[in-house]
Amino acid sequence: MATAAHSGKNYLNEKSGLWSWLTSLDHKRIGIMYMISVMIFFAIGGTFAMLLRWELFGAGPTIMNAHQYNQTMTFHGAIMVFMVIIPGIPAFLGNFILPLHLGAKDVAFPRVNLMSWYCLMVGSAIAFWSLFYHGSDTGWTFYTPYSVTTQNGTIWLVFGAFIIGFSSILTGLNFIVTTHKLRAPGMSFWRMPLFVWALYSTALLQVLATPVLAITLLLLAMERLLGIGVFDPNLGGDPVLFQHFFWFYSHPAVYIMILPAMGVVSEIITAFSHKTIFGYKAIALSSVGIAAVSFFVWGHHMFVSGQSEIAGIIFSFITMLVGVPTAIKCFNWVATLYRGSVRFDSPLLFALGFLFLFTIGGVTGIILATVGIDVHFHDTYFVVAHFHYVMVGGTLMAIMGGIYYWFPKMFGKLVNEFWARLSFVFIFIGFNVTFFPQFVLGAMGMPRRYFDYLPEYEPLNRISSFGAWTIGVGFLIGLGVIIHGLLRGKPAGPNPWGAKTLEWTTASPPPHENFLVQPVVTAGPYEYR
Amino acid sequence: MSPAASTASRFTPYAATEIAKGWDALYAFLLIASLISCILVIGGLIVFVIKYRRKVEGEKTPYISHSTTLEFLWSFIPFVIFMVVFVWGWKLFHDFRKMPENALEIAVEAQKWDWTFGYKSGRRVSGEFYVPINEPVKLVMTSKDVLHSFFVPAFRNKQDVVPGRYTTYWFQANALGNYQVFCAEYCGDKHSGMLAKVHVVTREQFDEWLSNDPYKGLSSVDIGQKVYAARCVACHQLTDAKGVGPGWKGMFGRSEKMADGSTITADENYIRESILNPNAHVVEGYPAGVMPTFAGQLNEQELMGIIDFIKTVK
Amino acid sequence: MSTVSSSQHNNGHHHAHHFESAEAEYHASKFGTWTFLVTEILMFGGLFVGYILYHERYPQMFHAGSTFLDWRLGALNTVVLLFSSLTMALSIYYAQMNDKRKVLINLYITLACGFVFMIVKAFEYTSKFSHGLFPGKYFNPHEPHAIQLHQQFPDLAQYFSFYFTMTGLHGSHVLVGMGLIGWLIYRAHKGEFHSGYYTPVECVGLFWHLVDLIWIYLFPLLYLVG
Repeated sequence: MATAAHSGKNYLNEKSGLWSWLTSLDHKRIGIMYMISVMIFFAIGGTFAMLLRWELFGAGPTIMNAHQYNQTMTFHGAIMVFMVIIPGIPAFLGNFILPLHLGAKDVAFPRVNLMSWYCLMVGSAIAFWSLFYHGSDTGWTFYTPYSVTTQNGTIWLVFGAFIIGFSSILTGLNFIVTTHKLRAPGMSFWRMPLFVWALYSTALLQVLATPVLAITLLLLAMERLLGIGVFDPNLGGDPVLFQHFFWFYSHPAVYIMILPAMGVVSEIITAFSHKTIFGYKAIALSSVGIAAVSFFVWGHHMFVSGQSEIAGIIFSFITMLVGVPTAIKCFNWVATLYRGSVRFDSPLLFALGFLFLFTIGGVTGIILATVGIDVHFHDTYFVVAHFHYVMVGGTLMAIMGGIYYWFPKMFGKLVNEFWARLSFVFIFIGFNVTFFPQFVLGAMGMPRRYFDYLPEYEPLNRISSFGAWTIGVGFLIGLGVIIHGLLRGKPAGPNPWGAKTLEWTTASPPPHENFLVQPVVTAGPYEYR
Repeated sequence: MSPAASTASRFTPYAATEIAKGWDALYAFLLIASLISCILVIGGLIVFVIKYRRKVEGEKTPYISHSTTLEFLWSFIPFVIFMVVFVWGWKLFHDFRKMPENALEIAVEAQKWDWTFGYKSGRRVSGEFYVPINEPVKLVMTSKDVLHSFFVPAFRNKQDVVPGRYTTYWFQANALGNYQVFCAEYCGDKHSGMLAKVHVVTREQFDEWLSNDPYKGLSSVDIGQKVYAARCVACHQLTDAKGVGPGWKGMFGRSEKMADGSTITADENYIRESILNPNAHVVEGYPAGVMPTFAGQLNEQELMGIIDFIKTVK
Repeated sequence: MSTVSSSQHNNGHHHAHHFESAEAEYHASKFGTWTFLVTEILMFGGLFVGYILYHERYPQMFHAGSTFLDWRLGALNTVVLLFSSLTMALSIYYAQMNDKRKVLINLYITLACGFVFMIVKAFEYTSKFSHGLFPGKYFNPHEPHAIQLHQQFPDLAQYFSFYFTMTGLHGSHVLVGMGLIGWLIYRAHKGEFHSGYYTPVECVGLFWHLVDLIWIYLFPLLYLVG
């Protein structure tokens, strides 16, 4: 093995050819395959977003009709949720980094890991297949009875999401077992990097929540095909039950999207302030705490659905509790920067951008959790702005930061710092210009999923559209940075950032076995002394 | 400036009920609390990254692992604030949901894509409805097809309208004016066109409106035009353009090929059938099941009015 | 690259390269299987919750629906599955004892029980279909008793929707389990299981017990309600 490394062999050049990638059981290669597929899906979902903002540039029809708008809105949401943000960090960055962080050679079940990627591919292909059956116009939430009655390829989109769900379950299962069984000698739970804690909490959610989505989508498909009358009021069913089932999955799912992002940010902030994390245990346990509480808050999506008043109050209370561990994390990150040695490379910029946007997303989350306030904001642009601040401002910022942070490890090369920082500037400014006005639009009462709007909403919508295109430019620059880094990047060396976690102790790119000598852990992950 | 027209210039719409003013107060508190939290986190962040930026490579940083006191404080203080907000929000929510006794009851029926309001007197109106000022009004709502949501920004309240059951909504408007009603739960192609107005008027004006024959002195064509503007405009245009349904220009008397292959002339009987039993014969190129039935919702006078109105659209 | 390949007739099963020992691999596989079973329970849990909610809402209708099921057939299937769980457990025991012949006998009996279960199920389904008791919108009873109950309970089809969805999903799990047992038989014939390596037998066994367990809940819920 040692000889292989000395001869410059690594996971990238060990074997060659497309087939060697498509059949690879190496978690690093599978991670890169996820990276490419998620980037492609992101480009498609992002294109839909640009079209939506173009349509909303002015009141009245601009470039499409209402039906096309609703389909575009549906596919933007479904692609971004199921194919980009959910697999984004766990399946891509997590796959690559988790075994390295643990000092393991691979995940516990490499074949299951590969199968998980194929599930994502097959599920996505089926979901896109629906476009040949007049698409789908239900929104990504598939609310009944609309989703049962609308005439089009919704069944394919539902089936695709069902298959993608298996991808998520299998990845979660793999990560749980890997974390429990494959830690390097000496690596106790309290010595695991915080990214691992975040992935572990996420995996618990994936394993516990996604099966409920599976059965919900199965029942929905049966409702469409056989009219089984579980969700259809004409057949004795209850359409609101679908919402309970759906959000029982989809609320934990939003933490599937954000928890790993919090893990990435913890890594980046320690590495670039060159200082140990402040309150390691609090951050680690708050991930698990958020995951646990997230199962009991689904009803806050349904304050005005017709559920009982007492249910609304209980769900509002539990939702407030999520705010506490989230607040701890934010304050602890800021405290980590205190008396640090802060270096402003692009990963840190994205992590700071995350903190900035996530804080705004977080406080507006508390506003929405306040049940009496939500009756006005529910299903308005305020909600749209809130979840974009968390999902895009949070998760996508963390993905970008994570890519720039681990790019040297993945490919052994450095990206061009100037252009990487420029991509941040465009994304960050564009993001705020896009979504901040939407808070105001929501407060003014503009409902979401509106193809057309009253003239008084036009000026802010126009600003929002300009912002969206700015984000688009930012991501194009980011893509350029990555491609340029791959082709022309300067050699990185094993540890360009001077970080302390295990992945930086091996070569860049790592060899197939990750570590030539089994690492033995004797201290915590952030020992900057 | 009327209250409704002033919405564009404010961050929140005009508050036309007492509860809406209570909502504004809590929202103002939340905005200030949020602003302070953001200043703390983001401000702290900016100060620290600038003050402690790396001056030389390899500088030492102090090893500060944690501080139980600090961490307790910044979890306990937010917790207390969250609880204050929660209880306040609970109280507000209770006000929104506690249905008043002796309210004026209006039956609301939602369907793709319009609202119908039925009064105890038997008066049924669509697209707009009237309520007296300073009196509690209770809406008993249901949907004929999919989920909708009754939303009046000026009242700061919304409630989903669910097929197969009743949901309720109440308000007591304390300012005269016309307020916008939106559908806030996605319901298909014309979701954003599923609008209505609530007119808050004095008790005298309300009584007069309620007792008036809405079509007094109107010709049949004018009645049809009124019905069109309230019920049909979302899907049928007055040009020959294809919308959700066929445009009406030149439609009357035209022979149409049906989806089942037959040919039917669009005469009085066909139009009547299309309104009352829309899926019996669907024109080729339009999916079945899109148009809802209007049986039981339009009276003979209104049906005849629509037919007469269509005849004038050439 | 070494994966979970097996070598015959010796105790040294080759474990995958990323595990430090065969024992570590065994524990990881078992842990993974348990985790997977949790997801299965949650998936069926959704159906059970739906069933319980609607049973609360329409208790008489669900009672009426259950009169169409023959509890004797359900009980027979319960006994068959319970017995198959026993033989499944025995096959693990004999694998640990290095008794290849008895491993195979027990696996074959388990597989046969699965067949019996599915055949009984097929009889039940066809008898329902012959009376027009289809799920959902295809529900079209043409037997006096059923027609009368349908008039009394217009949404009676919903009971059969639950019946077919729950037993159908369970039946598909039985089929998957039978496929896995067939794969075990194939490998057992090649003599791959012994006291040093019986992970697949144990993991499939866990799955089979879960399928059995779900049926133990389905039987009273569907056949004995009221």
